[in-house]
Amino acid sequence: MMVRFSVLAAAAALAATVATPVLAAGEAVELKSRDWPHSGIVGTYQRDSVQRGMQVYKEVCAACHSLRFISFRNLVQIGFTEEQAKAIAAEFEVPADPNEDGDTFDSDGARLMRPAALFDTFPSPFPNDIAARAANGGALPPDLSLMVKARPNGENYMYSLLTGYEDPPADFEMAEGMNYNAYFPGHQIAMAAPLFDEGVEYADGTPATVEQMAYDVTNFLAWAAEPNLEDRHRIGLRVVIFLVILSFLLYATKRKVWADLH
Amino acid sequence: MSAMTPESNHGEDGVKRRDFLYISTAAFGGAGVVAAAWPFVHQMNPSADVLALSSTEVDLSGIEVGQSLTVVWRGKPVFIRHRTPEEIEEARADDAADLPDPQTDAERVIKPEWLVVVGVCTHLGCVPLGQAGDFGGWFCPCHGSHYDTSARIRIGPAPENLIVPPYEFTADTQILIG
Amino acid sequence: MSFQTNNPVIKWVEYRLPIFSFLHHSLVEYPTPRNFNIWYQFGSIAGIILVVQIVTGIVLAMHYTPHVDYAFDSVEHIMRDVNYGWLIRYMHANGASMFFIAVYIHIFRGLYYGSYKAPRELLWMIGLVILLLMMATAFMGYVLPWGQMSFWGATVITNLFSAVPLVGEQIVTWLWGGFSVDNATLNRFYSLHYLLPFVLVGLVVLHLWALHHHGSNNPLGIDAKAPGDKIPFHPYYTVKDLLGFALFGLFFAVFLFYLPNALGHPDNYIPADPLVTPAHIVPEWYFLPFYAILRSVPDKLGGVVLMFGSIFILFLLPWLDTSRVRSAKFRPIYKQFFWIFVIATLALGWAGSQPAEGMALIIARVGTIYYFVHFLVIMPLLGWFERPKPLPKSIAESVLGGGGQAAGAPASPARGKA
Repeated sequence: MMVRFSVLAAAAALAATVATPVLAAGEAVELKSRDWPHSGIVGTYQRDSVQRGMQVYKEVCAACHSLRFISFRNLVQIGFTEEQAKAIAAEFEVPADPNEDGDTFDSDGARLMRPAALFDTFPSPFPNDIAARAANGGALPPDLSLMVKARPNGENYMYSLLTGYEDPPADFEMAEGMNYNAYFPGHQIAMAAPLFDEGVEYADGTPATVEQMAYDVTNFLAWAAEPNLEDRHRIGLRVVIFLVILSFLLYATKRKVWADLH
Repeated sequence: MSAMTPESNHGEDGVKRRDFLYISTAAFGGAGVVAAAWPFVHQMNPSADVLALSSTEVDLSGIEVGQSLTVVWRGKPVFIRHRTPEEIEEARADDAADLPDPQTDAERVIKPEWLVVVGVCTHLGCVPLGQAGDFGGWFCPCHGSHYDTSARIRIGPAPENLIVPPYEFTADTQILIG
Repeated sequence: MSFQTNNPVIKWVEYRLPIFSFLHHSLVEYPTPRNFNIWYQFGSIAGIILVVQIVTGIVLAMHYTPHVDYAFDSVEHIMRDVNYGWLIRYMHANGASMFFIAVYIHIFRGLYYGSYKAPRELLWMIGLVILLLMMATAFMGYVLPWGQMSFWGATVITNLFSAVPLVGEQIVTWLWGGFSVDNATLNRFYSLHYLLPFVLVGLVVLHLWALHHHGSNNPLGIDAKAPGDKIPFHPYYTVKDLLGFALFGLFFAVFLFYLPNALGHPDNYIPADPLVTPAHIVPEWYFLPFYAILRSVPDKLGGVVLMFGSIFILFLLPWLDTSRVRSAKFRPIYKQFFWIFVIATLALGWAGSQPAEGMALIIARVGTIYYFVHFLVIMPLLGWFERPKPLPKSIAESVLGGGGQAAGAPASPARGKA
């Protein structure tokens, strides 16, 4: 809301610039700010961090949160080989097609499953929203595919939220089953702190601190929300350079054409 | 400022420089327009999710001799026929016949008992009927093309044999098409 | 100067349908005032963006599914899987903003130089119809991705019509095709969003027809009469317009490639949920001033009337402005009020982006009052009280003589009043 207005203001050459704090139930909270490798004109996703973030998602977030717009084949984009992507897919199970008898459930009533393949998306941990709410004390864990784009100042918000769990102030009244988070609007969040030091074991030996994991998973989710960013930056730079040169050429042409009028 | 240069010199030189400027501006802008058109053309090509679905795995174990199975691959029917010994023999015998699109039966199968072809008539894209027509193979009802037991075109307007899709045996009775 | 050719095919066609001479007349010969400044670029820029919107829109329609269950996912399909889908969708989404930027500048230019005055009243009014249709088209287009802002924006805006006395509820139900914004609503919005741009093209043709009939206004606001006042459109203004396209394209590219979501709202990346309203609903930026007017009135019907009135009042402007001089260049007092009006509109835009309370509400009310006072009181009165500065005799004299200490000297100090 305020973010987009400040850009409008700049576009309209209106001098009034407004700071862009996130609105938390009427009060502004200053988010923690990190340098994101994919920001800036030529920014690209930092492969090792995004890959580590995938691991954090897979081992921590995926227990409750779906990622329904990301297919396993997409993992090749962030530097996994096709074989690695296949192996990651095979760790997940998805509902199988009806078998030769037309059944989708086995004799015990369990859903028939098959290992996920490259063309499958990350499966949802719950069969439907009602089951998800039932398993999470009434709160629905949102899909994470677009989370970074669905919040103002998404990357910093995500990072702040994941590192923002702390004890509530003495006079703060907490509702039953809620957790205090300094950056969540209203400060009461149903999700318990998901990250703990050494919560995952990184294959490349990076120390898995809460900050590191929050940073990595944010990078991963930024990629998940905007997988076209690198193409966009690359093509954008070419288009801008092209248009600058074309503008100079057209300016020179215009001068020449108009010269005989004066 | 042009008044500073002598008239005669200015004329010829100026025209040349101007033409060069006009041509290079037009060429540069034109190249940009052409480049900008590409995304609008390419967007109609198969998207990434469609390309990802371009292989189909089929279990053959349930198909008895003399039976066929139709599966979908890339949105098209694929006929998988467990051929009888007579059909195989007939197909081989016809290798020497007068074929509009000459191909031996051996070139069209990996294992002789399994014939795998795309079930789309090479004439205008209808789906032929199985075990019909004058040659015991397939018959396309749209315009009367007859295919033999190796799905080769024998009579009719179709120019080519039914196409054999790329496939491989991943197990003894399991194939991966695509 | 007139159209001539030796090409037998063109001659054959031309004899039966004089389309080549028509195009030649409109795009090559068309006599144009020689003194256009940068603000005169934005009409053609708006035109080219309309073309971009139609082309990208047709492409998006090839991949989009107008159904509540698939709309959001099909947009993500475009963003992720369709070849260059992200580019085309961002182009379309940001193109809408660019269209409004160009058109708003174009309108303010018309206000400043009096381009709505006789004999161009109908030209101006056709332009306003274009603006209204653009707004309807943009609003319906914003609903199509079926995100939270799409859904709730559609709900809030269609509910405006419930303010109509007696039949308000029936109208809203009719608009929705149901008892809430739902699949029927999405489908009809999609149909109309596809249709209206082509109606816009038709209106643009009428707009240009009216323009070419009496010729363009110019920064001096005087009629072009002297022989040197006008120059052929081609090559002078074709090359100038192309330069304008390139520079505006650069501005567009910065948003498209580096700030593609800056003019949108994060909530629209959350799928529509009819059970949860976002904490703070705001329309797209180009509706903010009107939204501020709507909310500045504590009465439902009053707010709606005032909001629509703020646009309809512009239809009366040719008669509300009683001045005999067109250009603000020669209207020292109007010039100041013009800039106050610009500031008032920007302030309304800011107020529209804020929750309607406290300072924002006060500013919205002051801005709304000024908006209407400007047109209903100041414009009519200024015509009587303002003493315009002396007008130049001709465009050519002003352009060629005004710059240095050259020939045009006798015209300067004591010239007759307009």
